[in-house]
Amino acid sequence: MHRFANPNRFLKLANAILPWAAGLTVILTLAGLYYALVASPEDYQQGATVRIMYVHVPAAWMALFVYTAIAVASAVALIWKHPVSDLFAKASAPVGAAFTFIALVTGALWGKPMWGTWWVWDARLTSMLILFFLYLGHMALMNAFDDPQRGYKAAAVLALVGVVNVPIIKFSVDWWNTLHQPASVARMDGPAIDPAMLTPLFLMAFAFKAYYITVALLRMRGEIAEAKVRAISMSQVHG
Amino acid sequence: MSGFLAVVRRDLRLALRQGSDSMMVVTFFVLTVVLFPFGIGPEPGILERVAAGVLWVTALLASMLSLDRLFQTDYEDGSLDLITRSPQPLSVLVLGKVAAHWLTTGLPLLAAAPLLAVLLNMNADGFGVLVVAFALGTPTLSLIGAVGAALVLGARRGGVLLSLLVLPLYIPVLVFGVSAVDAAIMDLPFKAQLLILGGFLLGAAALCPWATAAALRQAVE
Amino acid sequence: MQEFLDMGGYAGFVWPSYIITFGLLALVFALTWRLLKTSERRLEALQAARGRRPRGKRGAGPAAPAQSQSQPQARETEKAPAGAAGESR
Repeated sequence: MHRFANPNRFLKLANAILPWAAGLTVILTLAGLYYALVASPEDYQQGATVRIMYVHVPAAWMALFVYTAIAVASAVALIWKHPVSDLFAKASAPVGAAFTFIALVTGALWGKPMWGTWWVWDARLTSMLILFFLYLGHMALMNAFDDPQRGYKAAAVLALVGVVNVPIIKFSVDWWNTLHQPASVARMDGPAIDPAMLTPLFLMAFAFKAYYITVALLRMRGEIAEAKVRAISMSQVHG
Repeated sequence: MSGFLAVVRRDLRLALRQGSDSMMVVTFFVLTVVLFPFGIGPEPGILERVAAGVLWVTALLASMLSLDRLFQTDYEDGSLDLITRSPQPLSVLVLGKVAAHWLTTGLPLLAAAPLLAVLLNMNADGFGVLVVAFALGTPTLSLIGAVGAALVLGARRGGVLLSLLVLPLYIPVLVFGVSAVDAAIMDLPFKAQLLILGGFLLGAAALCPWATAAALRQAVE
Repeated sequence: MQEFLDMGGYAGFVWPSYIITFGLLALVFALTWRLLKTSERRLEALQAARGRRPRGKRGAGPAAPAQSQSQPQARETEKAPAGAAGESR
């Protein structure tokens, strides 16, 4: 792991991965779109609205996955003082926030025909909303300091505090939800899933993962360039 | 232990000398709760229904009000440097600071809550549980808030940022605090909610000072 | 085709979902790309500026008369890469 603590060595690796990740994103997205919109059956209960699931559910998975990835990177950054994992955490947060936002909006768009209203305080949607605030807090804290190093460290501690809290929040929201809402509303997981629906679901999930890798690597490259710019300007001031 | 007591004593003495903080928090609490009947109408039925939620949400906001000063003054005058360099474990000293913060802000809220519950026409069955739930919940709020307060030291617009960081983490306390009081009013069992609130307090007391200490060390680095 | 676009009467929900999803992902990608290009351009400009000044000593440009000044600058460029590596270590 420490092999890639050197930004230049990391850049070499990133540049080797990038074309593959980008190509995979395009191919998987196109295949996913074909299966999601054309080559999959309609649900006998939900009709064509089931097609929203193929973006909603993978986006929700990604929202949790990216937050976990940030927490792991934060732990690595705090324990081993690994600079590339700081960059990774910073590069991941906006992507995770975007996926969380997508899960929220598509959830509302799915909810309207299912429940008759745009927003229901459904346990999953509510948890997603709170996760979105956690992302916003992480990003705001990361950028709130003049010294980027201080931002990295503070955001890393916050990510670890957040990841301990996510299950507790989930548990509380589920409790609160069962208390206030009889289980009459249609659940987001819907009826038993047809195997033909799994193909678009997993294609989209992998397309989103490849997209995440691509964008995170590009952002990290930008951050490394930015760090070099800072270093040069500093040396010019002090020199 | 001596370090813990020394920090508590010091912070209490400072709070007493400067005053205002506890008064400000309680005044905010009372004022905000009083606003609700104007906002949603004075019918006793509606007020009774929302009383527990209003009291808890307002308490969350009030306890956050004084958080950004928890470490800020120590950070500015340099005493935080001394505290972090003390041979005593930093998390114990942090616990002392949080305890002092709770004594000056959480305890007054606890005292004011039943009075405000009367104003909101809350059923008297809920009063006892309200006080117990506040006693278990507000220290948790102080503990979680301390992590946020330590993280935003030296940040731009720290006060607003603090609320963004801390409020989502307060949600579990809010859910179970309100649920306990509501259950008591409706004559349902409420022991589970109080036990969970107690569990949150224990968990927060074990983990938060540690996270706060980590954040403080980075702030003074 | 018409039937496909209609989405069984749910066109107003299905299509916005996909447009918002892929629109937002494209937007994040575009912003990322712009950020990367700006940073890389700034870095290149700085590195080019650092590289140009010592070369001016050889009389290839307007910097030629300022020979006494280019001495410390040349030293600074030798020092800077070590600093850069140190900062982003």
